[in-house]
Amino acid sequence: MARQGVKLTIFKENMREIKASDIRARVAEMVIAANRNLPHDVLEKLEACAAKESSASGREIFRQVLENAKLARDTGLPLCQDCGLAVFFVDLGQDCRVTGGGLKQAVTQGMVQGYEDGYLRKSSCDPLTRENTGDNSPAVIHLDLVPGDALKISFMPKGGGAENMSGVAMLSPAQGWEGVRDFALRRVAEAGSNPCPPVILGIGIGATFDTVPILAKKALFRPLDDTHPDPKTAAGEQELLSLVNKLGIGPMGLGGDTTCLGVKINMAPCHLACLPVAVNIQCHSARRAEVVL
Amino acid sequence: MTTEHRLSTPLSESDILGLQSGDVVFLTGVIYTARDAAHKRLIQALDRGEELPFSLEGAVIYYVGPSPAPLGRVIGSAGPTTSYRMDGYAQRLHTLGLRATIGKGGRSPELRQALQTHKAVYFGATGGAGALLSLCVKSARVIAFPDLGPEAVRELMVENFPVLVINDAYGGELYAKPDLAAVGLRDLSS
Repeated sequence: MARQGVKLTIFKENMREIKASDIRARVAEMVIAANRNLPHDVLEKLEACAAKESSASGREIFRQVLENAKLARDTGLPLCQDCGLAVFFVDLGQDCRVTGGGLKQAVTQGMVQGYEDGYLRKSSCDPLTRENTGDNSPAVIHLDLVPGDALKISFMPKGGGAENMSGVAMLSPAQGWEGVRDFALRRVAEAGSNPCPPVILGIGIGATFDTVPILAKKALFRPLDDTHPDPKTAAGEQELLSLVNKLGIGPMGLGGDTTCLGVKINMAPCHLACLPVAVNIQCHSARRAEVVL
Repeated sequence: MTTEHRLSTPLSESDILGLQSGDVVFLTGVIYTARDAAHKRLIQALDRGEELPFSLEGAVIYYVGPSPAPLGRVIGSAGPTTSYRMDGYAQRLHTLGLRATIGKGGRSPELRQALQTHKAVYFGATGGAGALLSLCVKSARVIAFPDLGPEAVRELMVENFPVLVINDAYGGELYAKPDLAAVGLRDLSS
């Protein structure tokens, strides 16, 4: 018994402790800030595309979108009335533990607090009765256990209009990259003006039916100005971006050069018989934020 | 050159007939908010022979669920939601005098036909510009279905609210058709 007690003490000393109350406070701050401030890489991309856009209506949409971003930052109004369902990717370091409450509960409580205090719209409802849950709960939380003693919480308020235009397909292995690419192109073409273009595409390739959309969603957390570390995947992203922009849908569907701001691919091995693909469409109001505790 | 109009609500048939796809319109006056759940209730009320919470005669319905109004403001962010989900409901409302809807995204062929039959238009507002658009809203008041929260029907008083004519009463369409041939894809719809 004594030996066991010693072991337990050592175990406890190696564990970093993070208070649930700190998580709640940081998440509440983060969801408010994310709904008011577009990330720098998104703003820079919008400005760069505005400068290159050849369609007059497209340039006018960019002007309004950029003015809206400035106004939201200055007034504290949310960038969009659709403050989204609250999607979180949480990476919990295996050498830390949460004290004074559960991790998922703390994230959810922080989100609920932030949506209330920040005058953000609560968009969560019963799928069939359509009764609003009233506080934007539950949060969508994807939890992963990772090396280290840090807790990273990434947040995306995901709007419904672009989410509705997203899709999953179980392709045949023979269809390969061309099949993936054409599925994504058709999704964007069919979506047209609906998802508030210019869009960002998160593409999941591989894994399983249940996990490929999570790959796609996670891809949307990458900054627009990064490059995929695998050169072949990076080339695929560029090829798809260039093709999507040839569709000519343009800002808000009014025609133009800019239909897509970026394509981000996230791949994982899959079954011999399968080629799962998911296309998660994000609108131009591509809000996201993260905190590391 | 873009044609600009300044119109006051309620809209008349001649207001509508003067509009073409691509025109810019600045709307002033009362417009009503309604989106998914509110439309379902409006249609249920009609089915039961009940009076609607507002007159459809010359009315403009804005597809929006605003964010809550912070202190000192009449409304929160208030940009358009995607319109196709209201297509089925809107056809019926157009038969009863509704002159215009405001939203974003394409409409069904049936709804576009209803616009021609009933002399009505579909306006587009800029999605993702809800903070900016909220500046044109001078007052807001819930007039029906308060239990629906963001989806409640509100009477908005707007001033120079900027919209684009997407579908006019003559069959016009402003949205770009995706160029599938340019990316080597067959058009499966035709």
